[in-house]
Amino acid sequence: MSAEEKRREEQPQPGQRGGHRGPGGGGMPVERARDFKGSIGKLMKYISRHKAKLVVVVLFAMISTVFNIVGPKVLARATNELASGVVALARGAGSINFAYIGRILLIMLALYGISAGFSYLQAWIMTGVTNEVTYRLRRDISEKLHRIPLRYYEGVSQGEVLSRVTNDVDTINQSMHQSIVQIITSCTTLLGVLYMMLSISPLMTLALVAVVPLSAVFSGMIIKRSQGLFKSNQRYLGNVNGHIEETYGGQTVIRAFRNEDARIEEFNEINDKLYGSAWKSSFLSGVIQPVVGFIGNLGYVLVCILGAVMAGRGSLSLGDIQAFLQYVRSFNQPISQVANISNVLQQTAAAAERVFEFLGEEELSAEPAEPVRIENRDGVMSLVYKDGDGRTVAHPFRGNIEFVNVGFGYDPEHKVIKNFSAFVGAGQKVAIVGPTGAGKTTIVKLLMRFYDVQQGQILIDGHDIRDFTRRDLRSLFGMVLQDTWLYSDTIRENIRYGRRDAGDEEVLSAARAARVDHFVRTLPKGYDVEIDEETTNISAGQKQLITIARAVLADPEVLILDEATSSVDTKTEVDIQRAMNGLMEDRTSFVIAHRLSTIRDCDVIFMMKDGDIVEQGSHRQLIEANGAYAEMYNSQFESA
Amino acid sequence: MKKLIKYLKPYALLAVLCVSLVFLQAMCELKLPDHMSDMVNIGVQRYGIKDAVPERLSAWTLGRLRLFMNAEETAALERNYSADTADTFKLSADMGSEDRETLNAAFTKAFAAVSAVDSGELDLGVTCNAEYAALEMMSESERETLLRSYMEAADMGESVTGQLVAMAIRAEYERLGMDVGAYQLAYIKRTGVKMLGVALLVCAAGIGAGYLGSRIAAGFSRDLRRDVFKKVIGFSSNEINRFSTASLITRTTNDIQQMQVVVTMLFRIAMFAPIMGVGGVIYALRKSVSMSWILVLALIVLIGMLAVIFSVATPRFKIMQKLVDRLNLVTRENLSGIMVSRAYNTQEFEMQRFDRANAELTQNSLFINRVMALMNPVMTIVMNGLTLIIIWAGSHQIARSSMQIGDMMAYMQYAMHVVMSFLFVSMIFIMLPRAAVSGDRVAEILTSESAIRDPETPRDMRRENGGIGTVEFRNVSFKYPDAEEYALKDISFTAKAGETTAFIGSTGSGKSTVMNLIPRFYDVTEGAVLVNGVDVREAAQRELREQIAYVPQKNVLFTGTIEENIKLGAPNAGRAQVERAAEIAQAKDFITGKEHGYEEYISQGGTNVSGGQRQRLAIARALAVDAPIYLFDDSFSALDFKTDAALRKALAKNMEGRTIIIVAQRIGTIKNAEQIIVLDEGRIAGKGTHDELMRSCSVYREIAKSQLREEELA
Repeated sequence: MSAEEKRREEQPQPGQRGGHRGPGGGGMPVERARDFKGSIGKLMKYISRHKAKLVVVVLFAMISTVFNIVGPKVLARATNELASGVVALARGAGSINFAYIGRILLIMLALYGISAGFSYLQAWIMTGVTNEVTYRLRRDISEKLHRIPLRYYEGVSQGEVLSRVTNDVDTINQSMHQSIVQIITSCTTLLGVLYMMLSISPLMTLALVAVVPLSAVFSGMIIKRSQGLFKSNQRYLGNVNGHIEETYGGQTVIRAFRNEDARIEEFNEINDKLYGSAWKSSFLSGVIQPVVGFIGNLGYVLVCILGAVMAGRGSLSLGDIQAFLQYVRSFNQPISQVANISNVLQQTAAAAERVFEFLGEEELSAEPAEPVRIENRDGVMSLVYKDGDGRTVAHPFRGNIEFVNVGFGYDPEHKVIKNFSAFVGAGQKVAIVGPTGAGKTTIVKLLMRFYDVQQGQILIDGHDIRDFTRRDLRSLFGMVLQDTWLYSDTIRENIRYGRRDAGDEEVLSAARAARVDHFVRTLPKGYDVEIDEETTNISAGQKQLITIARAVLADPEVLILDEATSSVDTKTEVDIQRAMNGLMEDRTSFVIAHRLSTIRDCDVIFMMKDGDIVEQGSHRQLIEANGAYAEMYNSQFESA
Repeated sequence: MKKLIKYLKPYALLAVLCVSLVFLQAMCELKLPDHMSDMVNIGVQRYGIKDAVPERLSAWTLGRLRLFMNAEETAALERNYSADTADTFKLSADMGSEDRETLNAAFTKAFAAVSAVDSGELDLGVTCNAEYAALEMMSESERETLLRSYMEAADMGESVTGQLVAMAIRAEYERLGMDVGAYQLAYIKRTGVKMLGVALLVCAAGIGAGYLGSRIAAGFSRDLRRDVFKKVIGFSSNEINRFSTASLITRTTNDIQQMQVVVTMLFRIAMFAPIMGVGGVIYALRKSVSMSWILVLALIVLIGMLAVIFSVATPRFKIMQKLVDRLNLVTRENLSGIMVSRAYNTQEFEMQRFDRANAELTQNSLFINRVMALMNPVMTIVMNGLTLIIIWAGSHQIARSSMQIGDMMAYMQYAMHVVMSFLFVSMIFIMLPRAAVSGDRVAEILTSESAIRDPETPRDMRRENGGIGTVEFRNVSFKYPDAEEYALKDISFTAKAGETTAFIGSTGSGKSTVMNLIPRFYDVTEGAVLVNGVDVREAAQRELREQIAYVPQKNVLFTGTIEENIKLGAPNAGRAQVERAAEIAQAKDFITGKEHGYEEYISQGGTNVSGGQRQRLAIARALAVDAPIYLFDDSFSALDFKTDAALRKALAKNMEGRTIIIVAQRIGTIKNAEQIIVLDEGRIAGKGTHDELMRSCSVYREIAKSQLREEELA
């Protein structure tokens, strides 16, 4: 299996929201939107910008349908001519009028041709509309991504957002087309056919109308009955799949603990349950078709009998019977379609609801009206702002960072940082240490305003960070995170990500500084190697070096480093250490540190515990204080 | 694929039954237009008179008709008609079919002749009303010659004569005072009831076939799933890696599900469509052979159109998946890099990237949609055109009297059946290759044999050499399947009971591989691994693994309570034993802190416990097993320094006399081990205690240097 295939397997397949779907679409339970009207309404707003086109689509669909419906009635004349021709032949009193029949057939051909033409034109325009709408929905989602506070992403999985961009928008695309066109054609067909049938024989129409809706009633009944069954089938399927995933994922553990038999036994049990519900639900959804077919045939036979009787009495022509038979067939179809449309609409609404829910998420708080600007004044980076009297003042940037009584909690009830104050002078190095899960990255996230403090303030050169625009504020920082983030492009572009307007030469020198250069040279295409999910010739450590190069290129005032805990090979490890040290030189730095050597090199250590900063000071000070830091430090060397 | 056929075997009887039902359904479905044609031809056009044999006849009419019958026909006539009233004759109810045929031909001929005589078309050269007298005067052979020459001249086809005869008989019935309207109605009713019966059969057969098909498909997939599951659980790590876990999961879930859908379809459509198609052709041929060209033409046009549409769309379909993948990728990257892009202020750049992928995808899908939108109008026009051509050609046939109107109408329906079946069959051909791929992927699992199997006569290693749990590697080299380089080369060491043996080295140095060889997840390529002095390949796997308690690198927990998870390897362990294991593993505090304590339910993937907690539970699970050998594969990495230290202390206190083998990253974790083995690129770079290695091994020193400072190293 190729790598490509493997990757696709691991991705959620379209149409597989929240588990796996069973066979047979027909009668599957459809998920419903909580607010059907609202969601469809919002979707309508999106579509309404194409009003003119939609009107044309409706018109064309109707024209196409009408031309199609007229067909059998016109054709009836040809049949009648044939019938009377046969009788005339038998009486020896004439023959079939072929010229007449030929004319009718040509008219028919024209009718059908026009119908098909309009039908295609309608589809052409409609696909344009649906694709335009889906394109815009996707674009809006992608733009929204960048306007939502980071808080949102802590609560949802990537897959959830991803499935809105792909699955949900896809569902909308398909179902929108299907439902709009089907509603128009089905309704037109239903009314048109009804009219035609009435014009041929009200009696037969009445009889038919009494019988045909039975199919909708019956299939509705079956679907209703089977809902519970489908649900339990989905549940068993979920159980079986869950069991499989879990077992395969922990297969070595199961073997190591000799647990195979218990697992198999358990599996057979739920597999048998699945069998029971699988055949039942598959059978039930399969029953609808023959039953509906039978009712269709019932109408057909009814028309045959009634028609033959009436024709026998001379009150109906043979052509009329034939036309009527054709109408019976086209009367059945839209009825079952209309029943289906409600399902399709439900699906659309559910998908639209999820999409609009995302688009309606609360966005980042507004930027300040008169922000402190960071500008380059005569080659000196300066803070420019209006003072109390409204005069514009400029000060050179220094880089002092101050935390004043900072309080914060991801969940407002539960503060993780209670009352934290500290001063970090320009050029100082700060180590943030503490056990896993202590919330070490929280400080960093507050500093870069991924989150806003809930109490107190963070000041840069005396200005609250909320007085800057986010863009300006973040331009001060460079960040190297532990889970390296690279995107699918060349190594060169990935480094350039640190400063998009940097030239190739600058990229190269950043790469050299970050010790990326020498391993890149060993790669077949050097800096033009494409990085993607399957990249195997670049190790985790090397990826980290690339992100360091990115930070070098950005040349930020303040550096944020997240030291790697996962081990990389010794040589790269040394490279990373050196690159990081080079980067930190003469720069205010915050390091989320794991290595004692790094920690001790720092000027200040923030010791975090249970989400709060419990101690701060230099290594020596903290050891002497003999508190949490000292305890952690010593535990490293206790004998095992 | 072939391999999977045998999974249908247990359902052979059901399948045969199902196929017969499908056959019945198709036959009945095809019978319907036939009845409809009767309804029109006989019920409407011929007043319910189905052939030329009248049920009642007046003596007067019979006398005239008799003139045109030969001796044999007259004999048949006399056999089957008896006097009813004074001057009428009645057809006997129990007439043989052979007689009916003879009589039908005879009456047709006679009625045609009488009508010709009456209308004067058959000119006998005598005055009006004297024709029959003249005819009676002629000899039988003279009348026959006369009739034959007339018939040849008139050149009447069955359709016209049939109509003529029906009209004559209807006139005769009227003369006899019969209610011809009721007679016609009775025929129509009879045919209607027949049609309803047939329709009911179609429905019943369809439901029956659906029932059987569902059972077969569900049973098939159940059996398949059961065997695949059993197979995979017995796989060695060789096979697991070869397939990849993700792939094995999709094969067992989606692929088998896919197969179930296909088998269901197989019995519903794949059997039905060809029967309908072939049957439709046969019935259509029965109605008219000379119009077959229309069917052929329709199919050719259809194939042509579909071929054009698909050849235009296929290349775009192929890139479609790539474009969707691309959009997914960019979105995923946008999401995973949300912090980075905000930090570097590259939001616009990310939007552009997304927009490019989005626009490409939209363009492609627009093209495909527009091409595929052709399908519907094209299909409609082909179907409608087919109807029109049949009417045109059919009316000429009718004029030539080689076809009746009802037949033409039936022909139209048969033609539709043929075209639709063709479409279904081509759909199946599109679907089958995909199903075959799924099938092959499943079959591949079933045909794979585990590379590691128990010997035929395993040695019981549990008691050998006191069963104290010595582990020895003797010149072990190991290469992963399909790999070029050795992952381990020439490794020899002995881990003694009561001692801790530790492995350290950078990623990819082969530490975990060493661990995997001990419980025989893999077999060595060269050399031997011995437990209690017995080569692991000579023992039964279960017995070998009974000797080992193992903490994997990846901490897998299973759905179930915490207690069940800890008891995985020791199902009979009591609560006290579970609690003790949890205590040593430093898990006690957080377990008792949970709402339900040991009864707390672990959700799938263990997502409701943190990484560190998961690791401690995995350790507790191993400690609950009373085994002589304990393997810890990088099992302390998610623990903070303090917990790590406390755990090691507890282990040292409780695990006396056991063989402990640890893979670690932190020097602090293993500093006090009796034996430290430094691995570098699959080879042993050093062996000894911490102090020895600090003196002798440069690789070890370098690792230590990156973690500790000189003063601690001393």
